[in-house]
Amino acid sequence: MTFEYAPALESRAIVSIAPSYGLFINGEFVDPTSGTMFKTINPATEEVLAEISEANQSDVNAAVNSARRAFERTWSVMSGRDRAKYLFRIARLLQERAREFAVLETLDNGKPIRESRDIDVPLAAAHFFYYAGWADKLEHAGLGPNPQALGVAGQIIPWNFPLLMLAWKIAPALACGNTVVLKPAETTSLTALLFAEVCQQADLPPGVVNIITGAGDTGQMIVEHDGINKIAFTGSTDVGKSIQRALAGTNKKLTLELGGKAANIIFDDAPIDQAVEGIVDGIFFNQGHVCCAGSRLLLQESIAEETIEALKRRLQTLRLGDPLDKNTDIGAINSREQLNKIHQLIKSGDDEGAERWTAPCEIPEKGWWCAPTVFTNVTAAHRIAREEIFGPVLSVLTFRTADEAVEKANNTPFGLSAGIWTEKGSRILWMANQLRAGVIWANTFNRFDPTSPFGGYKESGFGREGGIQGLGAYLQSATDSDVHAKGMS
Amino acid sequence: MQKVAEPLTTTGALREFLHALPGVDEVGATARAAALSTRSIKNEAKAWAIDLAIRMVDLTTLEGMDTPAKVRAMCAKALRPDPTDPTVPSVAAVCVYGDMAAIARASVGAALHVAAVATAFPSGRASLEVKLHDVRDAVAAGADEIDMVIDRGAFLAGNYGLVNEQIVAVKAACGTAHLKVILETGELRTLDNVRRASWLAMMAGADFIKTSTGKVPVAATPPVAIVMLQAVRDYYALTGTRIGVKPAGGIRTSKDAIKYLVLIKETAGEAWLTPDLFRFGASTLLNDLLMQRQRMAIGHYSGPDYVTID
Amino acid sequence: MNDRVEVRKTYKLFIGGAFPRSESGRTYEVHDTDDKFLANAAKASRKDGRDAVLAARKGFGAWSSATAYNRGQVLYRVAEVMEGRRDQFIADVRAAEGLGDKKSARVVDTAIDRLVWYAGWADKYAQVLGNTNPVAGPYFNFSIPEPTGVVAAIAPQNSSLLGLVSVIAPIIVTGNVVIVVASTLRPIPAITLTEVVATSDVPSGVINVLTGDPAEIAPWLASHGDVNAIDLTGVTSAELAKNLEVEAAGTVKRIRRPAQPNWLATPDLGHLRSFVETKTVWHPLGA
Repeated sequence: MTFEYAPALESRAIVSIAPSYGLFINGEFVDPTSGTMFKTINPATEEVLAEISEANQSDVNAAVNSARRAFERTWSVMSGRDRAKYLFRIARLLQERAREFAVLETLDNGKPIRESRDIDVPLAAAHFFYYAGWADKLEHAGLGPNPQALGVAGQIIPWNFPLLMLAWKIAPALACGNTVVLKPAETTSLTALLFAEVCQQADLPPGVVNIITGAGDTGQMIVEHDGINKIAFTGSTDVGKSIQRALAGTNKKLTLELGGKAANIIFDDAPIDQAVEGIVDGIFFNQGHVCCAGSRLLLQESIAEETIEALKRRLQTLRLGDPLDKNTDIGAINSREQLNKIHQLIKSGDDEGAERWTAPCEIPEKGWWCAPTVFTNVTAAHRIAREEIFGPVLSVLTFRTADEAVEKANNTPFGLSAGIWTEKGSRILWMANQLRAGVIWANTFNRFDPTSPFGGYKESGFGREGGIQGLGAYLQSATDSDVHAKGMS
Repeated sequence: MQKVAEPLTTTGALREFLHALPGVDEVGATARAAALSTRSIKNEAKAWAIDLAIRMVDLTTLEGMDTPAKVRAMCAKALRPDPTDPTVPSVAAVCVYGDMAAIARASVGAALHVAAVATAFPSGRASLEVKLHDVRDAVAAGADEIDMVIDRGAFLAGNYGLVNEQIVAVKAACGTAHLKVILETGELRTLDNVRRASWLAMMAGADFIKTSTGKVPVAATPPVAIVMLQAVRDYYALTGTRIGVKPAGGIRTSKDAIKYLVLIKETAGEAWLTPDLFRFGASTLLNDLLMQRQRMAIGHYSGPDYVTID
Repeated sequence: MNDRVEVRKTYKLFIGGAFPRSESGRTYEVHDTDDKFLANAAKASRKDGRDAVLAARKGFGAWSSATAYNRGQVLYRVAEVMEGRRDQFIADVRAAEGLGDKKSARVVDTAIDRLVWYAGWADKYAQVLGNTNPVAGPYFNFSIPEPTGVVAAIAPQNSSLLGLVSVIAPIIVTGNVVIVVASTLRPIPAITLTEVVATSDVPSGVINVLTGDPAEIAPWLASHGDVNAIDLTGVTSAELAKNLEVEAAGTVKRIRRPAQPNWLATPDLGHLRSFVETKTVWHPLGA
């Protein structure tokens, strides 16, 4: 007999999902003026979880007006000390309701409960805790003695880390004295709406946080709204570019956190067992729906074969299935649309002559799934070596020397992250210096922390989220207030 | 992994081999152990795991105050851990000091293995002659498993040739008895050393590699077990021979034991999920396994008065 | 009375350390504020822009990996050589901007002092903008600012020397390289500056100066795939600025578009900060 883990399901009884949700404007849930609703679906079961409101122009106007009023009358005139206390309250409420958020996130997104429970939700709470402490210390942020809030921030976030990306956006914005209009991705609105409830429980003044739901059209209305001073967007590079275009010539500030095609570089003197874990964390964490995913594995030729073998052996232990099972490693793909996109790129890998290996996972009948996939014999010209797949698909390339590794790693329009695995300290620092990417993980991968700035070089975007640098996205120095920047400051 | 054409015996050749093994990143290994410890083992999987864990126990008493009566009592428990429930399997072995081996053998007959700690356990600080005599004595008294300790001083000083020589000599002295080589990982300090010592022991003839004596402050830990399980996995890939692993010391609860079973399954593989290739060196663990087993059978929590203290 | 006929200078572009004419063969007339003819300046074309990007990219490697101490000394050296040509710069600025002697001198002195100010930042900005991050785990984590890469800048139209220096210096001091389009109507101080740059240990390709019409050249720079950022300080037309931003979005360029600042005032770090990237490095802590 073999050691089969029995199902260990996290109870979903802890969350109660309403049949439908309104928009959170000025501290209250309101019906959308259009009356148009769309469905949010559990990607693991294809079950409809709830109906979500689609905000139209008048809803966006209402949300922006509410944020503007709150900015002018309440939030910008409140002391930093008091703003901090609201943010601390939110952090605590997220901790108190952590399990509820984790289960809801898993239901709506499809990610394994192990990740929503151990990573997404605790990090979201930690983010509020970190930025709460900044609210009354902004004069120490390096932006002069009297840095200013920007005003109303429009924030548009993706579906891969719904609550965590909300925290990355809202916590620094509020700490710096801005008010926000945030739009979650249309497939993952539920934790943002539960967060709205947390804002109510925290007695956050109405209008400081407005959460409006909808798809790309709603996002565009936020981007183009005259009452907004700043746009922060996380998502695809294509949409990022169109936002940057839309803001051309306006006085709105912009930060973008876009796509990636990170190289995870393994040298022959790497701590190989941990490197294999790093490869797995790099590309199979969150089903590969991670902008900083280590999607290009660069193996030094002398260890390529044995590393691929070790990786395949390891991948056979990954458990794909019910995201609510505490032992699940690979959950569901968030949407049918995304699954189609992944399949299309996998097909291009096949067509272009790369060699595909798929982990032997049983795929559930219902829902959207993709088994961990590894392509070897990949060349730099293959689409799977250049395009962001945003799925559990790894492209393996090889290199001979450190120079070549750097050259290949940097040979992409993206520049979000990179991994280096070697036991040689001087090589780590040299590589870290050479790689054109915003986050370098050496002998580790996909680690996140509120104190650690995150963001890209080149087409991976500009601006940073997290750390002291994250304040720069929502503040301006008094002397720089007439600078219209798409970038760091 | 490097191929080894012939046995490496000199310090120089061993150093060359051992220091060419991939390094171990402590944080990564610890993170992996922590991630695996979140596996949730329930219901039938748990019941199965508890019985397997019982069958893997080397029920141990290694006290200066051990007496024949104490050893006999432990042996009885090893044979029938729960006198009220005949479905409870026996443990794998009893583990005693050499001078108690004969009493243990007489008590368990051929039903269980008798393991004796030897080679100037736990410090290993004696001449090779004394250590070998210790081994022969225990084997003659009926021990069919010998738990030896390596010379940590020699290992840490880089004198791999000496460590190798002693293991080879002890192995020869064991005759047909199985040899478990205790690395005393708590004294080796780093996971790189654990990996090297594991390979050194396997190449010198160990049938099992064992973490600890239980007599120093740091005993078995999940990251150490992971590194040792990787070593036996890789050694098997290289040689086709499966070496066993025995964590010892500090494993007290069913939850701990099940965590180790998860480590085995997801590191070395299912093939190691057998008492022939994995043991727990433990004394109090067995009672917790029994209480958990009772709880699953009767549906409520058991208490210490419902398992025997021996 | 000196009846010697003066030797006039041909005003050319500055690309990759060399002084080429525009590949287009075009020039345009430059006048002083009294409309007196000063010179024919090269009218750079999109191909000159392309050549400048190539030269800049080539210069980026060595300049960005030079030590901060070295970059600081090079900037300081530029100030030293400017000081030696102070009178020429005063004359150029007076002619270009129509300022009196005293005001021209003040502008030139401020420009030289500004270079010295930025030169000192070379080995300090990373200490001010970088930091270690106390992450909640066994990792050493630090953030450092790095140069963005190739920056295209449109120099201020009015402040032909001080504005130009104030735009260039914060870009290059961190290790970026720059292609700057000089003030269209007042290019001569910029050209004199290129002569200083050529003799001040500034590696070739680090500073590239084009003269001509930003409306013609800048869109090509803004859309160029190997340009990482644009500085629109000198763009006066709102429409052009918007168009350039649209072009820049195609490759997610960093953009700085300030209102016209008072160049005589001491700047803050905002300009420098606009063209650096924060790189964060994680490493485990284990024995």
